[in-house]
Amino acid sequence: MTGGSAGRDRFRTGEQAGWWMLAPALAFSVMFALYPVIDSFVLSLYRIFLAVPDLGQTFVGWENYRDLATDPVARQAFLVTVGFVVSSTLLELLLGLGIALVIHEQFPGRGWVRATALIPWAIPTVVAYQMWRFIFNDQYGLANLFLFGDRVAEYVPWLAYPGFAWLAIVLADVWKTSSFAGLLILAGLQLIPDELYEAARIDGANTWQRFWRITLPLLRPALLLALVFRTMDAFRVFDLVFVMTQGGPGGATQVLQFYGYKALFTEGRMGYGAAISVTVFLAIFLLSLFYIRAVGSKLFEKEPA
Amino acid sequence: MADLVLHTISKSFGNVMVLDDISLRVPDGGFTILLGPSGCGKSTLLRIIAGLETQTAGEVLIDGEPVGHRSPKDRDIAMVFQTYALYPHLTVRENMAFGLKMRKEPRQLIEARIQEAAELLGLAELLGRKPKELSGGQRQRVAMGRAIVRKPKLFLFDEPLSNLDARLRTSMRVELKKLHERLGATMIYVTHDQVEAMTLGDTIVVLDRGKIRQVGSPARIYNEPSDPFVAGFIGSPPMNLLEGQLRRQGGSWCFQAGSLSLPVPAIKGPMPIEQVSRTVLGIRPEDILLAPPSLHAITVQADVEVVEDLGADQILHVMAADARLVVRVPQGQFVKLDGRVTMYFPQNRLHLFVDDRRADWA
Amino acid sequence: MTRRVLLGVGITLTVAVSLFPFLWFVITSLKTQRQVEAVPPTWLPTGGVHFYRSALVDYQLTDYILNSVVVAGSTTFLALLIGIPAAYALARLRLPGKGWILGGLLGISMFPQIAIAGPVWRILDQLGGLNTRWGLLLPYVTLTLPLVIWILASFFRELPGELEEAARVDGCSTWQTMTRVMLPLATPGIFTAGILTFIYAWNEFFFALLILTQPDKQTLPVGIALFQGEFTMPWGELAAASVLATLPLVILVLLFQRWIVSGLSAGAVKG
Repeated sequence: MTGGSAGRDRFRTGEQAGWWMLAPALAFSVMFALYPVIDSFVLSLYRIFLAVPDLGQTFVGWENYRDLATDPVARQAFLVTVGFVVSSTLLELLLGLGIALVIHEQFPGRGWVRATALIPWAIPTVVAYQMWRFIFNDQYGLANLFLFGDRVAEYVPWLAYPGFAWLAIVLADVWKTSSFAGLLILAGLQLIPDELYEAARIDGANTWQRFWRITLPLLRPALLLALVFRTMDAFRVFDLVFVMTQGGPGGATQVLQFYGYKALFTEGRMGYGAAISVTVFLAIFLLSLFYIRAVGSKLFEKEPA
Repeated sequence: MADLVLHTISKSFGNVMVLDDISLRVPDGGFTILLGPSGCGKSTLLRIIAGLETQTAGEVLIDGEPVGHRSPKDRDIAMVFQTYALYPHLTVRENMAFGLKMRKEPRQLIEARIQEAAELLGLAELLGRKPKELSGGQRQRVAMGRAIVRKPKLFLFDEPLSNLDARLRTSMRVELKKLHERLGATMIYVTHDQVEAMTLGDTIVVLDRGKIRQVGSPARIYNEPSDPFVAGFIGSPPMNLLEGQLRRQGGSWCFQAGSLSLPVPAIKGPMPIEQVSRTVLGIRPEDILLAPPSLHAITVQADVEVVEDLGADQILHVMAADARLVVRVPQGQFVKLDGRVTMYFPQNRLHLFVDDRRADWA
Repeated sequence: MTRRVLLGVGITLTVAVSLFPFLWFVITSLKTQRQVEAVPPTWLPTGGVHFYRSALVDYQLTDYILNSVVVAGSTTFLALLIGIPAAYALARLRLPGKGWILGGLLGISMFPQIAIAGPVWRILDQLGGLNTRWGLLLPYVTLTLPLVIWILASFFRELPGELEEAARVDGCSTWQTMTRVMLPLATPGIFTAGILTFIYAWNEFFFALLILTQPDKQTLPVGIALFQGEFTMPWGELAAASVLATLPLVILVLLFQRWIVSGLSAGAVKG
């Protein structure tokens, strides 16, 4: 037997074991993630009403997508989503940077402060949003108490006004997820060696200059990473809207994923809902491609091993 | 215990040839060193013997049996790794027992072997400790213990001393040598350290760029290097190697390197001159004498440029004509005379390499 | 000096902003019904634990808690059981295309739930998995696997390769090398991945809402999101239920802050 074929035999057994180890994970991923995405696309080419099973499945080609393109509610949902994603992500990055800078410092009790900062992230989404719904309550809410004290007549039903409701969900989301952004940024901060700061101090840079000249440039990969994670996550917001506003008032907070959910599961329009799903999926997919193109390569180059 | 035969082993990673047609026989009970600079393929060769790497061509035979298709566990070998690779979550005892347990050896046998090895290596007190509670030298010993308890056919060592400090390295070297004598086992040892190679091995295999350059006893490798690479690699400071041409001068021969001209004896066989592409003359720094010897010697005048004092020895860096040479002389022998010395090259200590092959003097 | 003042302000703000909404719910949960309905709101609660009793008994919170414990516990167990070997294979074995698999898994963790919701619902409908705990487990395990695998793969990758080779020389098969040598060394990673998986499953709402429509099968998030009284919103009971739902997580975070931080950054940054 020659060494070459012997080697391949042994190699194959190691590889075989590897595939067996992977098999269950792959099976789950294919069955409940990959196949459903493809199936969503197939469904989006049909007209299916769950409420009227007798109609069956009629192939309608791109009709659902044509409908979607001319659907004013969908257009509004799209705009609401984009506005939500942009504003909440930016605010979260800013706040996250602040949190990261604070919990990166050395001070007694830092572990406790870090744990506290993690609490908004750890709290179940629905609990967090019920809390914020209560804070924005027209009568018992803290928001009114803080702004108007006991001038009860001036209390505002925040979630009943489109603009305020939109602001409220942005605020609640920022509160819930800034600490996660902060953690990612903290990990970036921890990668910057202390010697750099010491060298900069010897070179005569003050705190402010050290922040602008060293921290921020070196933090760029971590900031970009946090940006990627946060945008993608904000794009698929659902729990927030479901709990706080149900998409109201007048669709002011109806994000795409919530609209899709309603089409699929309350109205039972499987085909149309699937078209919305595929659109959301494609939006996130394109966004991730854009990120990989624009910042991804830089991000992974700059990442110190 | 067993003998090992490597038959025309080659290994390439993609387009890179790491080992090229290696054939070697390691006798039963031998201590063989694979020596070479980093990247010469010595570790890869050891890993092929272990079965951790697969050769592209050729075969490994242990006790005459081809083992190329067997996994490491079925080759009956033990290996001591450069970083020791002790299992951090297991105690010293469990580390040593692990390989025997995997082979489902009876409990009493395992315990007996561990006791035996622990005594041999002075580990009896440490059996309950975890690797992180041990010093570097102790870890090293545990790694050896783990190999010993297995009583394998072959011991493989992959630079086992390179992570120790200089003093510990010296004492471990001595222990290793004793161990080999007591166990009488077949050992193969990879190192880039020529001192380790010279002191430990009974056979040294010098490798360079995937090829065997020379196989021989330490004395032979030192005294009769087979090519300029081996000549330059073994010895510290390295052998002086001068590139030049052989010329006939009247009835005798002379080696011309730049403007330095040295009369040399004739060599065995026909004397190639014009066809020769490369001729190298070598002499070890410690073979250069400052007092005329009784034997035939070439006299060379040189200017001393730098003197390094090592205590027992002095290293002189000299210029002879336009050739730069290094000389090693015992303390007190060198007398500084206007920075100029007369050196004697004993003729029987000169090494001549024609076309990268050793040429013997007639 | 200004730096210390800034830091002090930063710490105070971080702590205050992080805690106050939750603290407000804690206060509310301890109020009397009259205090809850006071306009303007009042600060000091004197109601004791009556809202907790009412939430647990009248609003069947015990059922929800039980469902959540079972679902989150089994998700964690299954995701680790499946994820550990997969992570090991992807981190340490020579498999063609494993880069693509890791990338694909990251992609799955980015999927909007809605993109798979319809088909997952249809699959479970056909399998009879709607309104069952195991039906919910299937998408949960799928969606937590990427996180588990990424965290553990980055752990496995850091372990020295010579250990594996030593194990092979000592006679371990690929499987034994993983279980006997590498697994014990990855314990911190497994622990972290487990905590994060548990938190995910404990908090997940979207699929729970879709798949569990019978109240006795629902998990805590669904119960809390759909919390309703007969005529008015029972804020006191909701606050009590919310505190109960959050308490395990607060304890996890306080105890294992360090692990969670390292796990989240391992999953994200080191990837």
